[in-house]
Amino acid sequence: MAIDVRIPTILRTYTDGAKAVTGDGSTLSALIDDLEGSHPGIKDRLIDNGDLRRFVNVYVNDEDVRFIGGLGAELADGDQVVVLPAVAGG
Amino acid sequence: MLTIDQATYDAIVAHARRDHPDEACGVVAGPEGSDRPERFVPMVNAAGSPTFYEFDSTELLQLYKEMDARDEEPVVVYHSHTATEAAPSRTDISLASEPNAHYVLVSTREHGNNEGPAEFRSFRIVDGEVTEEEVVVVAELPPAESPRREP
Repeated sequence: MAIDVRIPTILRTYTDGAKAVTGDGSTLSALIDDLEGSHPGIKDRLIDNGDLRRFVNVYVNDEDVRFIGGLGAELADGDQVVVLPAVAGG
Repeated sequence: MLTIDQATYDAIVAHARRDHPDEACGVVAGPEGSDRPERFVPMVNAAGSPTFYEFDSTELLQLYKEMDARDEEPVVVYHSHTATEAAPSRTDISLASEPNAHYVLVSTREHGNNEGPAEFRSFRIVDGEVTEEEVVVVAELPPAESPRREP
């Protein structure tokens, strides 16, 4: 199973500069664990206290995962996952 | 140093005035690696707040897909402060996630929705380090050099 994962600029330090990497997993949670194996450190930038970080947006096939089960969102071969930090501030 | 054309500068200030007392936000996109803020993209502040801004998550995805398709990046990320100075807040610093962008802050605290000089300042924010930079406003951006692309 191959999931295409788009990596934002700020996390490319974990992917040797790659804009996109391939991962594996039947849920978003499993995918992030798989990415952690090949790109150590990345998980902590996505997850805090067992949940997605508030200011990190993750989309599966253009759907914000917050509306499709969060970390439990199901993935299938060929899905595209996009990670984008929120553009936000005070 | 941020070099920005007068029309884009005016558009950012006008957006900040229009949305006052809520914070206004947006980007100015440009070709990757060019450092040229060419395409003004005002965004909706989904927080609709005088003390916070956040791009709507669906619009954020659309924006980044569009920039990706055009080989662009956010050269400027701007937002306004409506009661405080045009400088990054602690929240701005902790959430800044575009190390290549010029973070532009506009303050409407003096004149609100009305005409009048607005504070307009630019900063680099990288790993929590804030560096203010000079803003040079030009009538028009100089002609583009041959395109430079990141590898």
